[in-house]
Amino acid sequence: MKKSVFFGALAASALVAGAASAQTLAEVQDRGSLRCGVTTGLVGFAAPDANGEWEGFDVAVCRAVAAAVLGDGSAVEFIPTTGSTRFTALASGEIDMLARNTTWTFSRDVDLEFEFTGINYYDGQGFMVREDLGVTSATELDGATVCIQTGTTTELNLADYFRANGMSYEPVPIETNAEAQQQYLANACDVYTTDASGLAATRAAFEDAAAHIVLPEIISKEPLGPLVRHGDHAWGDVVRWSLNALIAAEELGITSANLEEMAAGTDNPEINRLLGTEGSLGEMLGLSADWAKNAIAVGGNYGEVFDANIGPDTAIGLSRGLNAQWTDGGLLYSPPFR
Amino acid sequence: MTAVTDHSQGDEGFRLSQLLYDTRYRSVTIQIIALLALIAGLGWLLNNAVSNLAAAGQDFNFGFLGSVAGYDINQRLIEYDSQMTHGRATLVGLLNTLLVAVLGCITCTVIGVIMGVLRLSPNWIVRQLSAVYVEAFRNVPVLLWIVLIMGVMIKVPPQPRAFRGDNPDATMSLWDSVAITNRGIYIPRPTYEAGSALVVGVFLASIVAIFAFRWFAKKRQEETGQILPVFWVGLGLFFVPAILTQLVMGSPIGLEYPELAGFNFSGGIHLRNSLIALWIALSLYTGAFVAENVRAGILSVSKGQTEAAASLGIRPNRIMNLVVLPQALRVIIPPMISNYLNLTKNSSLALAIGYMDLTGTLGNITRNQTGREMESVLLLMAIYLSLSLSISAVGNWYNNSVKLKER
Repeated sequence: MKKSVFFGALAASALVAGAASAQTLAEVQDRGSLRCGVTTGLVGFAAPDANGEWEGFDVAVCRAVAAAVLGDGSAVEFIPTTGSTRFTALASGEIDMLARNTTWTFSRDVDLEFEFTGINYYDGQGFMVREDLGVTSATELDGATVCIQTGTTTELNLADYFRANGMSYEPVPIETNAEAQQQYLANACDVYTTDASGLAATRAAFEDAAAHIVLPEIISKEPLGPLVRHGDHAWGDVVRWSLNALIAAEELGITSANLEEMAAGTDNPEINRLLGTEGSLGEMLGLSADWAKNAIAVGGNYGEVFDANIGPDTAIGLSRGLNAQWTDGGLLYSPPFR
Repeated sequence: MTAVTDHSQGDEGFRLSQLLYDTRYRSVTIQIIALLALIAGLGWLLNNAVSNLAAAGQDFNFGFLGSVAGYDINQRLIEYDSQMTHGRATLVGLLNTLLVAVLGCITCTVIGVIMGVLRLSPNWIVRQLSAVYVEAFRNVPVLLWIVLIMGVMIKVPPQPRAFRGDNPDATMSLWDSVAITNRGIYIPRPTYEAGSALVVGVFLASIVAIFAFRWFAKKRQEETGQILPVFWVGLGLFFVPAILTQLVMGSPIGLEYPELAGFNFSGGIHLRNSLIALWIALSLYTGAFVAENVRAGILSVSKGQTEAAASLGIRPNRIMNLVVLPQALRVIIPPMISNYLNLTKNSSLALAIGYMDLTGTLGNITRNQTGREMESVLLLMAIYLSLSLSISAVGNWYNNSVKLKER
């Protein structure tokens, strides 16, 4: 009898383990908070401010998803992850989603079994050096000591780039952006390489930002976006369309200033469908009708989030570039809300 | 009558309750239950892992070790580039682990023996200095020492650029042969040209000669009581023949000095910051434990032994070498094995400062780039386990060879 109880428990635990992967939405709603994996600290993308509140471009995605699901953009538990712990954290279920300037690659999608739910920043890998080094191009870096975060695509791109150009280098492996900053500033490495946006954010935090330059070469495509586990498509849809809602809102001219006014009903049926005054898009996702309105209400549309965290008026000072709407010559293009 | 009754009770046969109440069976019962519980626990863990891997749609295989690694490793003792396999990268990491473990074991023994003996010194200041060292290193986590030493190595020494120009801020030490920079220490590398094999051969032969002379001196002392100057003859044999050959052959073994070229020094041997920081921190930390073992070993030899030897007219340093140390070694060696094991396992803290050991390659980059967490960590554990068991085996063999022979 005891044995049968034991095997029953065994079977039940196996079932729970099997089913757990397909109900993240229900888990988040039951828990009342979203567990979102972010970086350990990259100003502009994800870093705690003076009051310990997380803020940044990736953080805004987490908050938008939390607002869409729970109606509250502050119901997020931010879990800092390093380049080498992030995938384990997501695969094991410790976090519900990862928004950690993570590059969408074939092997991460297919072999590691993650579902990238869109691209929130089109990036590429660059190099930062001290201006007084006299280097003006990455092709002059033969023999340089390079600080590189382990477990990233940039690590592999770096090896490929130097090999393709017949140059040698000395890699200094580091774990977090803060460590890289410390080593680079102490001149323990000549070059720091990571995504160009990350370089701009790191450089902005330096006391003497003007003494450092980002070299013109961009050696890779780095489409950065939020991701979830494979197999839970309902949850993947929630994250995907929360991000799309922010992008579509900018395209449709919905801002945090006119959100309430638009939500009262407009002549544009797509705006009405997005904001829930028409149709039943929210119901199809398993969310409330005003899910997208809540998501946009947290920090405004994509353009507002961009400008507030990493835009030209911030210390990081990134221009929209590829990340402009398709109507402005960029790559941002949300599928229609229909 | 009573005897008969007893007998009849015994004949009642085996009852199930006896398993619990009869002391003859109870211990067996408990052991079998514990064994079943253990098997069930392991089975549950295994089943959990299998079902979760299946739920995540992942299989369990080590094929990734044969695929291209794609990343570079700075410190390589064997040839490696980013187009070689993850298996090769693992091997590079393993060799780096072994390098720091061997270096650390040697220096921690030297430091530990010196500090342990000094702690028993009659001189108050020397004794207290040694005590401060032991307590400071033994009572602070080794990770903090590693990070602290790494931080100092990065911040304090000059950067390679400071060596440039006509009037540089920094200059090389030891007659321009060693460059201490914040990227590591560059030392000269020996170069071998034609004829150097002879020099190496002469050197090896003189080492054999040292052992032969010691054996001869011991035999002679046993036969005639005459004591030969083993130390001085050994020292002479070690240096003189090899140096003479080197000079006669016209210096076939040369030195390649590090030189500033481009961004960094090139040539010579580059001892990276991460290696030095890890090596120093592990040696000092483990050395503190070794010092305590040495002190305990020496104190375990009763004072009567020393006094008896002295009354026979043996000189103090001979008392230490011939009477005290051989007996103290028997107490010192078993805990030394566990110190060596600890040092080897602690070397995995290299991850904190980017030393590319086994944990840094297989356990971090390979695991992360391939997504094979389960396989990588199990393989990592298996390698550390076999490494530790090998150290134990060698240590135990040595312990058996020096322990008191009881006949």
